[in-house]
Amino acid sequence: MAISPLYAKRRVINVMVMGCSISATVIGITWLGLVLYALLLNGFSAISLDLFTQMTPPPGSKGGLLNPIFGSLVMTLVATLVGAPIGILAGTFLAEYSRGGRFAEVIRFINDILLSAPSIIVGLFVYELVVVRMGHFSAWAGATALAIIVIPVVVRTTEDMLNLVPNSLREAAAALGSPKWKVIVMVSYRAARQGMLTGIMLAVARIAGETAPLLFTALNNQFWSTNLNGPMANLPVVIFQFAMSPYADWQSLAWGGALLVTFAILVLNITARVLTSWNSFKK
Amino acid sequence: MEQLQEMTSSDTETVHSGPEEREPERAAPVSVKRPTVSRDKTIPARAEVDKVAVNNLNFYYKDYHALKDINLTLRDKRVTAFIGPSGCGKSTLLRVLNRIYGLYPGLKATGEVMVDGVNILDPKQDLNLLRSRIGMVFQKPTPFPMSIFDNVAFGIRLYEKLSHSELQDRVEQALRRAAIWDEAKDKLKQSGLSLSGGQQQRLCIARAVAVRPEIILLDEPTSALDPLSTQKVEELISELKSDYCIAIVTHNMQQAARSSDYTAFMYLGELVEFSETEALFTHPQKKQTEDYITGRFG
Amino acid sequence: MQAAAARPGQARFQLILDLGFKYLTFFFAGVVLLVLCGVIFTLVHGAWPALKLFGLGFFINESWNPVTDNFGALAPIFGTIVTSLIAMLIGVPLSLGVAIFLTELCPGVLKRPLGVVIELLAGVPSIIYGIWGLFVLAPFLQEHVQPFLIDTLGQVPGIGKLFAGPPLGIGILTAGIILGLMVLPFISSIMRDVFETVPSVLRESAYGLGATTWEVIWSVVLPFTRVGVVGGIMLGLGRALGETMAVTFVIGNAHRVTGSILAPGTTISASLANEFTEAVGDVYMSSLIALGFILFIITFIVLAIAKTMLLRLQARAGN
Repeated sequence: MAISPLYAKRRVINVMVMGCSISATVIGITWLGLVLYALLLNGFSAISLDLFTQMTPPPGSKGGLLNPIFGSLVMTLVATLVGAPIGILAGTFLAEYSRGGRFAEVIRFINDILLSAPSIIVGLFVYELVVVRMGHFSAWAGATALAIIVIPVVVRTTEDMLNLVPNSLREAAAALGSPKWKVIVMVSYRAARQGMLTGIMLAVARIAGETAPLLFTALNNQFWSTNLNGPMANLPVVIFQFAMSPYADWQSLAWGGALLVTFAILVLNITARVLTSWNSFKK
Repeated sequence: MEQLQEMTSSDTETVHSGPEEREPERAAPVSVKRPTVSRDKTIPARAEVDKVAVNNLNFYYKDYHALKDINLTLRDKRVTAFIGPSGCGKSTLLRVLNRIYGLYPGLKATGEVMVDGVNILDPKQDLNLLRSRIGMVFQKPTPFPMSIFDNVAFGIRLYEKLSHSELQDRVEQALRRAAIWDEAKDKLKQSGLSLSGGQQQRLCIARAVAVRPEIILLDEPTSALDPLSTQKVEELISELKSDYCIAIVTHNMQQAARSSDYTAFMYLGELVEFSETEALFTHPQKKQTEDYITGRFG
Repeated sequence: MQAAAARPGQARFQLILDLGFKYLTFFFAGVVLLVLCGVIFTLVHGAWPALKLFGLGFFINESWNPVTDNFGALAPIFGTIVTSLIAMLIGVPLSLGVAIFLTELCPGVLKRPLGVVIELLAGVPSIIYGIWGLFVLAPFLQEHVQPFLIDTLGQVPGIGKLFAGPPLGIGILTAGIILGLMVLPFISSIMRDVFETVPSVLRESAYGLGATTWEVIWSVVLPFTRVGVVGGIMLGLGRALGETMAVTFVIGNAHRVTGSILAPGTTISASLANEFTEAVGDVYMSSLIALGFILFIITFIVLAIAKTMLLRLQARAGN
């Protein structure tokens, strides 16, 4: 039985397209792999004990990234402590109190836009709001900018997780005479707690690498500082500054910092995934 | 089991249907068999108290008229079963009794539902208080994501301040009442979700009786369970009857015939017939009822 | 029922707590709205002096002179749009290819791990792509690719102007490539999710009729998900437009509009990143904030359209 010419042509087209698809995947993965490879290669050589124990050096000398690491940790922590509760409560409103209302729809829409909005705009906003008011750059301003980025992420994940909690659970609690807030806090939150935690981890991973919002809020600080009321060193801005400079020592530190940041973000993301699949495995 | 017998009030003696009545009915070619009714001849006739009186109840899902002019009474310390084909409104009616429909927008009830002489459809009625007096068990077991102990204690903690030992006693009582103490007593700290389906349902029953309600509503409590668990739960219902006013929705007519004192047959949102179970199954007054229970439709 | 007596008092207290909690969540939901309004307000407020001073000419003025206080948004806007365009031209076809691979061709064992890898890559911060671009891609382009482009395409009349100029390594093309690389995992994940909303019965019936994989994609998957695909692309575009760190390293920071994509240029976010902390003078600052405001408007519109389209796909998939 001879293959009709039409079918042969269809097969050829199919093979061509599939070939393109495979090459696209190969190209994409290879390219991204090259980036990670360069990161590992250059960053690894900068990893040493000094990196974690020395301060950022003046150009042309050796040093470490202790103060930016500390600053990033502090600002990330503050941003999460402020942003996560706000996000959780807002997400709770969307999921538990107003599934279909107009106000909730608007909030959801705006929230998703803020989720993808340029983070440099957030920096600009916080500059006008906090830095100008205070008269100087500060870690507080930096943390505020990061918190504004955390909120939409947590709102989204909280709402999604709470929506997964079956209504029958809520009804069972209500049927016992439980007031609504207890139904939410003691039953809904408990049922969704793993997912909500994962959402917060993803938010932290998101802000860990953000540079733009810190550029004109926390600025940077050459020296060790625990004063949240003044400019504070942070990894992303230090990476930016050092990488753009012509000094080899600084560039090496920039790669090291980049590797640290990427590593931390990957760990957070992977942990979040593992937790999610554990959770569904248990059920 | 012996402990259960001690704890039930002893002025009635429940008789379980003998094994021969539990065998599946063999379908006769011409004459259609009716579900057999357990004969509780040993219940002494005593004054029956109306616990819940439903008067002219109408219920609407947005524009859809789901319940049409329902009038019936639920008697205290008796089991009232609701039967009927899918969509006839029996679950809807049950959910009016504890106003659980109030959790969702767009649902409306008119008429009166008098519990101990007080109309619970009154907008001033405190819903949480009402629901603490009425227990509900759902079709699908719904253990909370907490330990078995906390599951049962949840409702108690809502309204009572008890010492730890008092709380432990109450939880044990409830678990015994629900015939799951033996299986649960070594696992009280484990999650409620670690139990099997039938055990989870008995846990939900324990949770409901723990708060000492006056009325218990059961919405198809055994439809998601295997036959052995179903049997256990039905036995439970017979035990519980002596202390509570029980309303049970079931699509299993044999279950209604076995377990209840009164039966209500509903169809398309209307209450077609309501009488003592034995009467309804042996001498149904309405043709629709007879058609349903002989399996001509449904 | 001795406990029943204590209940009404407790119940009233709980009612107050109930109301309190409800208003608490309502208030924080409103914070989201507040942030948006705050952003718009502060941007307008900060940009107003410059916009008032320069008027509509601001948008077509190429010069950017801190000395004479003559600022114009043309170069940054041009750079933003062109780099994003290049990024889409590179990123979208590749993303579609990856998404098609993931949903139709990928052997089952690889499907989940590969999908996870793509999603993890989407989480890599943009600064990484930026420094890679600066240290690896730019020199590579400068030495090998750009001279080649100048010698070949640069000689063709017409489009030759696109490839004019010395091979600097950095520039608009480089920035566009980095941006495309950055949005690739992001758009791929979205496309993959969008393709998976197609009910399997639909795909199976097409396969069952003897259609080839490509035909199933072309006649069933794509029409079904058309709205979502466009929405996903626009979401990626929104990301690309607002991206700062991936481009700042390699764009060259030149406030010029030239016809050549090999030339340095600037984008709105790159200008802000490079100049904001050094800006002196009210006009300078206000011009920069005006740039930020323009960027915000552009991305807001793009993202709103994207979101609307994705919502429509969800509604459709739900049916």
